[in-house]
Amino acid sequence: MARFVIEARPERSVWAPIQVSLLAILLTCIGGSFLFMAYGVAPLKGLEAVFIDPLRSTYGIGEVLLKMAPLLLIAQGLAIGFRAQVWNIGAEGQLIVGAIGASLLAIQFDGTTSPLLLPGMIIAGMVGGMAWAGVAAFLRAQFNANEILVTFMLTSVALQLLYYLVSGPMRDPMGFNFPQSISFGPSATFPILIPGTRVNASLFLGLGVTVLALIFVQRSLAGYKLSVGGVAPGAAMYAGFSSKRAIWLALLISGGAAGLAGVGEVAGPLGMLQRNVSPGYGYAGIIVAVLGGLHPIGILFASALMALVYVGGDFALLTVGVPNAVTGIFQGMLLTFYLACSFLLTQRIRRITPETVPKGAPAE
Amino acid sequence: MAEPTPLLRLRGVTKAYPAVLANDAVDLDVMPGEIHAVLGENGAGKSTLMKIIYGSVRPDAGTVEWNGQPVDIQSPAMARELGIGMVFQHFSLFDTLTAAENISLAVPGTIAELSERIRAASAQFGLDVEPGARVQSMTVGERQRIEILRCILQEPRLIIMDEPTSVLPPQGILKLFETLRALASEGIGIVFISHKLDEIRALCDTATVMRGGRVVGVVDPRVEDAQSLTRMMIGREIAPPTHGAERGDRHTVLEVTGLNYTPEDPFATVLKDVHLSVRSGEILGIAGVSGNGQDALTRALAGEIVLRSDKGSSVMLEGTPIGALGPDGRRALGVNFIPEERLGRGAVPIHTLAENVGLTTHHGGLVKWGFLRLGQRRQLASDTIDTMDVRCGGPDATAQSLSGGNLQKFIVGRELALRPKVLIASQPTWGVDVGAAAAIRQKLIDLRDEGAAVLIVSEELEEIFEICDRIQVMFRGRLSEAVRVRTTDINHVGLAMAGDFDALHAAPVEKEAALG
Repeated sequence: MARFVIEARPERSVWAPIQVSLLAILLTCIGGSFLFMAYGVAPLKGLEAVFIDPLRSTYGIGEVLLKMAPLLLIAQGLAIGFRAQVWNIGAEGQLIVGAIGASLLAIQFDGTTSPLLLPGMIIAGMVGGMAWAGVAAFLRAQFNANEILVTFMLTSVALQLLYYLVSGPMRDPMGFNFPQSISFGPSATFPILIPGTRVNASLFLGLGVTVLALIFVQRSLAGYKLSVGGVAPGAAMYAGFSSKRAIWLALLISGGAAGLAGVGEVAGPLGMLQRNVSPGYGYAGIIVAVLGGLHPIGILFASALMALVYVGGDFALLTVGVPNAVTGIFQGMLLTFYLACSFLLTQRIRRITPETVPKGAPAE
Repeated sequence: MAEPTPLLRLRGVTKAYPAVLANDAVDLDVMPGEIHAVLGENGAGKSTLMKIIYGSVRPDAGTVEWNGQPVDIQSPAMARELGIGMVFQHFSLFDTLTAAENISLAVPGTIAELSERIRAASAQFGLDVEPGARVQSMTVGERQRIEILRCILQEPRLIIMDEPTSVLPPQGILKLFETLRALASEGIGIVFISHKLDEIRALCDTATVMRGGRVVGVVDPRVEDAQSLTRMMIGREIAPPTHGAERGDRHTVLEVTGLNYTPEDPFATVLKDVHLSVRSGEILGIAGVSGNGQDALTRALAGEIVLRSDKGSSVMLEGTPIGALGPDGRRALGVNFIPEERLGRGAVPIHTLAENVGLTTHHGGLVKWGFLRLGQRRQLASDTIDTMDVRCGGPDATAQSLSGGNLQKFIVGRELALRPKVLIASQPTWGVDVGAAAAIRQKLIDLRDEGAAVLIVSEELEEIFEICDRIQVMFRGRLSEAVRVRTTDINHVGLAMAGDFDALHAAPVEKEAALG
């Protein structure tokens, strides 16, 4: 008489997060199949359109890499905060302010050929994202204001700020009143990496930040302190690790990374500041961070997957004719299934049969 | 064989967890009206066995009989329906509700009816509880009495008491015993879980002794002596710690004067004008029932609570004020602290031992340019494991995978490696098995003998009398004056723990420590 029990894992497993992620992907594919069937599309054909078709052409791969760059940047930053239990969910707003900051420089120095413009924009973008997240850090550290609410609401503020700027002070005077800035010159944009695609050098920013995140998490004292504060606040207090410093550090890092992602957009595929700076990268980055198990390497893969879903949604619209809202649904399913399965991170399922029960001498 | 049917009969109950065999073919018989001790060290399998009886854990094998009928207890609700009640070690009461309101959450009936029943049961079993009083204003003993009443009013046939005396002062324990005897005389079976031998010998009719998940004996504790029970429980003899004459140059190392502190939590104990001093080469013991301000005191000493000198509170280390420093700053000066919560405070549960070394030792050469020196950290972890004889899977084992005793040995070793001038230890052997407790006490005494100042906060008087040189008693945020251990005894300290500080001085002078 076999039965299954759920029990605590005896030790930390390296494979558990990978298993959970793969399980979430599998369940998403199953859920997606039902979705395609509802649209009268053969499930395998639909899944092929989302997950395989984008990878069949250089252009498709380029698009995936293009969308991977901001997701990677945002998720690496957020994950550091999440590990410290600092929940910045306003990366979208920090991205926008970062984009604004970089655009200010690009517009101000339009026409320059100085090689310093792009680095300047990168710094301005980071500072913008940090400043926006810093507001939440200040309110949390000084007044214990919930950073989830503050960062979230600041995203709305950032959006309104962007709308105001692109319709007014930063609007292209020769742009027929379109709500967008001037197009940036070559010295204010990232060079294209693969000819025939839109992939640009901002991908290196994402990969660089991944390496830094790995070093920070695994080797630095600051990263160690953050992780202690996240999983055992009592131990952090006992050790004397300041929780205020942790809040500041977590929010500044994640805000700065999101600001960088904003620079990558305006100095990359957009080439200008406009109303639609981000198709929700700031929120998708949360899913990427969680799906990657909050681990820098896991996030690398998760960002590629999420970018694939973004591009795959567009492909599905073209090839099998389902609305590209598929993208959002797939993202939602990935997160939902991951969270549903995440108890397997600390628990495992074991099959018990009468033979596996250790035998004790039956007593008289 | 005209034996009466046992109330509860377990046969061959087995429960395996991934790392351990928690219960291995355990048999247990509890008769109606019997007070039955289940005795064993931490990790012997007592808790698992009780969870099986109470239906919160299902056994892998074995049978449970209730009044002679085989039963499969699937949930605590089913256990309560059968007539099995449990009084947990940790209370589950709402502070803002009255006693009767708390009980009404588990027992049907209006508040008025329940108040009547509470008064009746209070009188019958000597459980002094005022139904209309709010829990927040009650002592631990009163809270426990509510828990017991809540259990009794559900009219159980069997009550499981999980280490009920661990939260009580000595006088409260006697009162609890009277209640339990009164309950037993009504035909209720009582399972009494403990590792305190003298209590079991005073109270129980039968003792089932467990070790490593197995039953190693069923004895009459009244005819056994403490030594034979210990031997059965841990499988070997434990030598008492050796305690030399006081050493060191006896200068004052840590001195606290006029410490006042009001916690943010309105229900936490306020510290009022606390004075203490610890000298080199001595162990000062702070006795008292938990919840009388010990938590705030240790935090204030370790630096988790930073004190403002303008309120008159002063903490001095060898004449230097350290009250404004945080834990890191005080640790750098040689003040180390072992907290009572091992998992989540003294160690990060999901981190490895090597990572946990970094918690307090990250200044001692383990960090260079802001980066961790992982090799050194790991080495320090293995050294600590070796010197303290920590039984574990090595430096990469997670803290939560260790037993309480082994983790505590690791934490003690980690702090000793910092060669403290002052070591503050809160409940250093709480929930630790006998063997590990003896090892830890010996290490604390060794540290004293090397000339360090040691301060122990403990509610186990036996421990305080065993290792301390001087005692102060904590009650409702106040600290008594210090008395030498040799000039007092357990009874007088027990009275002081209930608030009568004068009793400390009433003790016969120069009496040898009254502990058998």
